[in-house]
Amino acid sequence: MNKPLRRVAIFCGLLVLALLIRVNWVQFVQADELKNDSHNRRVAIERYSIPRGNIIVGDKPVTGSTTTDSGDFKYKRTYKDGPMWAPVTGYASQAFDANQLEKLYDPVLTGTDDKLFFSRTVDMFTGEKQQGGDVVTTLNAKAQKAAFDGLGKQKGAVAAVNPETGAILALASTPSYDPSSFAGMSDKDAKAYIGLQKKNNADDPMLNRALRQTYPPGSTFKVVTAAAALENGLYTDIDAPTKSPLPWTLPDTRIPLPNEGNIPCENASLREALRWSCNTVFGKISADLGNKKMIEEADKFGFNDEHFTPVRADASVYPEDNRPQNAMAGIGQASNRATPLQMAMVASAVANGGTLMKPYMVDKLVAPNLNVIQQQQPEKLSEPLKPENAQKLQEMMETVVKTGTGTNAQIPGVTVGGKTGTAQHGENNKDNPYAWFISYAKTDKGTPVAVAVVIEGSDALRSDIAGGRLAAPVAKRVMEAVLDGNQ
Amino acid sequence: MSSTSNTTTIGTIGAPSRRNTELALLVFAVIIPVFAYINVGLAKEDTVPAGVLGYALGLGLLAGVAHLVVRKWAPYADPLMLPVSTLLNGLGLVFIWRLDQEPQITTPQLGGAMAPGQLMWSTLGVALFLGVLIFLKDHRVLQRYTYISMVVALVLLILPVFFPARFGARIWITIPGVGSLQPGEFAKIIIAIFFAGYLMVKRDALALASRRFMGLYLPRGRDLGPILVIWALSLMILVFETDLGTSLLFFGLFVIMLYVATERTSWIVFGLLLSGAGAVAVATFESHVQTRVHNWLNPLELLNGGVTETAQAMYSFGSGGILGSGLGQGYSRLIGGIAPKSDYILATVGEELGLAGVMAILLLYGLLIERGIRTALAARDPFGKLLAVGLSGAFALQVFVVAGGVTGLIPLTGMTMPFLAQGGSSVIANWALVAILLRISDTARRPAPAPAPSTDAEMTQVVRP
Repeated sequence: MNKPLRRVAIFCGLLVLALLIRVNWVQFVQADELKNDSHNRRVAIERYSIPRGNIIVGDKPVTGSTTTDSGDFKYKRTYKDGPMWAPVTGYASQAFDANQLEKLYDPVLTGTDDKLFFSRTVDMFTGEKQQGGDVVTTLNAKAQKAAFDGLGKQKGAVAAVNPETGAILALASTPSYDPSSFAGMSDKDAKAYIGLQKKNNADDPMLNRALRQTYPPGSTFKVVTAAAALENGLYTDIDAPTKSPLPWTLPDTRIPLPNEGNIPCENASLREALRWSCNTVFGKISADLGNKKMIEEADKFGFNDEHFTPVRADASVYPEDNRPQNAMAGIGQASNRATPLQMAMVASAVANGGTLMKPYMVDKLVAPNLNVIQQQQPEKLSEPLKPENAQKLQEMMETVVKTGTGTNAQIPGVTVGGKTGTAQHGENNKDNPYAWFISYAKTDKGTPVAVAVVIEGSDALRSDIAGGRLAAPVAKRVMEAVLDGNQ
Repeated sequence: MSSTSNTTTIGTIGAPSRRNTELALLVFAVIIPVFAYINVGLAKEDTVPAGVLGYALGLGLLAGVAHLVVRKWAPYADPLMLPVSTLLNGLGLVFIWRLDQEPQITTPQLGGAMAPGQLMWSTLGVALFLGVLIFLKDHRVLQRYTYISMVVALVLLILPVFFPARFGARIWITIPGVGSLQPGEFAKIIIAIFFAGYLMVKRDALALASRRFMGLYLPRGRDLGPILVIWALSLMILVFETDLGTSLLFFGLFVIMLYVATERTSWIVFGLLLSGAGAVAVATFESHVQTRVHNWLNPLELLNGGVTETAQAMYSFGSGGILGSGLGQGYSRLIGGIAPKSDYILATVGEELGLAGVMAILLLYGLLIERGIRTALAARDPFGKLLAVGLSGAFALQVFVVAGGVTGLIPLTGMTMPFLAQGGSSVIANWALVAILLRISDTARRPAPAPAPSTDAEMTQVVRP
């Protein structure tokens, strides 16, 4: 009987071996995944076991922590001016996980990040409780307030960056939400959270429009089309007449592309075409260059790519398309879509002499003992324009603000360049258009700010001046706020 | 068996009894849980728990008495089994006590603190262990009760059908005022006795009287009877008691013992085919089994927006990682109810002692199992061999089914981790099981009695023809 006994022994050994392999799989290979699964309550328990580190703007935190007695959790997140900062901070809720900066930097904020290993080890020996680190943002409190107040009750978004570094200065989205309202885990919090969901609230307040909503950019995209014309040598002199007949029909069709009203667009120079926002001129430029070259230039400005600020911004789209659609895309219509951040990047690249800096919103991470554990350095993303072409485009954009559609953005004593836009959308353009304005402000000390503003739905204003009338004043307030701080 | 014939002269020198090895190991088996107990107290309350002295003395006393009894009544028994069982039982008590410290799962509705009760059951278990060692002088006595065992085992298995189901399985007998009992745990031992006795008698018939077909020896119809009866029985357990684990255990046990008795691989093939067919057949119409399989395949799936027990156990294991959170610092209570103390106790080990701790516990079980099979190898009589391999095999299958179920290797079934998990029936039955194994190993390792000195040996002249 011993032979089968030995085999049974081996079989039992294999059973134990199978168990050993399985626990190695679960506790070693899958461990991190399981440990950080959003349904694993330990994540939240740990997150709220200590006062969470703060998200800091300027030198003041915009977040805080308060003690609670709700079961497993000792602390609860609080927010100062929650709705204003929500597009930056995101939320951290006991019941509903976290997002954006609160989620991305959760290990730092809860003090479990590897970068805080030293600080944690010291705490262990000194017997102090683990502490969370702080996330210091690049945002400008005044600019953010200007943006948020400027949007007011309108639906829209603002993105402002420093063209020289790529640092994000303002990031507002309205209507917004207060992340404090569902930071806990009570029924009230749950009700607030459910009420904010898109399916229960048509305004979708939790959508971060500055980063996650793409809009047709309308005429503001003509800046990119002009850049493509200059870069590809289609036109070199911005004051020489272009070959632009009026009326002009879309290629391969019999449909004439209309201008907004009776404006002097026939063979207009690039400067005049941008000043008056001539659809025919820029539609023809896009058609002349062709889809491929337009995509190339748009890509250089950051289109067709997600941007990690580190909060993810949706990819703006300049798609492959047929000739008439490509011509329409050249004036920011058809399938052309851009996020407010993307259009701020366009303005910033022009303002920064043709160099596009990578947009970022976290300046540094600070350990509880105030040591800087990570410092973000400005990074170059691409060079969409040669410096001389950037110079020409700046002149064109400045003309728009001086004597064109963007006069509402003028700031005394400061050189402002900009471009308005009003994007049609919906079937047969029956929905309310989007009012756009992108601009930058230049002083003798440099170019501290580029901004993009989009405002949705303004029934009264359907013409191209909507961008100038609605969005430009908001852009102006934001630029002024930044300039005030710089003086 | 064959090796016993020529050992008379060697045997009289006396094999080492290894009782001192056992004593030394027992010291560790008591000290480790005591340290674990202190560790929990320090982690939860920052103080050495008040009960530590009582716990240390209690566990030490149990181990000491057990050791003395083994020394006196089973001096040649295997030296590893008692320390390993003590260590597992001791750690189990610490884990249950540790989970008692979580108010959320120690409410009166859930039965309150369970460690004191478990300590009492463990004491009873050790008492039964001692009783078996003292009163069962020779395991072959059990052979006399072959058919009585069968009847008792059947009654024990069928009884729970008449009692209400708890936690989705009918495996309990509830006696009002006394408590509830899981007869399956005892049936496991008794049915092994029946199989051993039955197969010892029938093994030749089963092994030899068979027809060869496609390279396999097919048993005769009348010999096939018992295996089909057992198969039907285990399926019935599955259907009426909705207890996947027990049915798997009994059928697996029978196939293993049949294979050892007959040395015919065909029985294994036959057994696997039958169990496979049975499992598929039952799974197609038992929603309970289907649910278990579904949970196994989708461990992290949400149920009505909530996290399931299965997922909570996986999170426990994952969060423990390699070294664990440390005793008393995990959140396995999130599994909820009394499950963390019973079926899911391994999840607490996984979270608080980490991969290292779980591997250590599994290796302890592996050690116990292999010592049991070693006992079977060393036993000199076929009944002892069959009984030892049956008990060890049942133990191995149970560990596999429970640990595999909790870690998501196989679908979960309602069984308890031997010695570790909360549950009186389980701890008592397993102490009895270890006692029988020790008795067999004592008989196996005991030197054969010296031949009676023959006074006229010298004078006898053997004349060979």
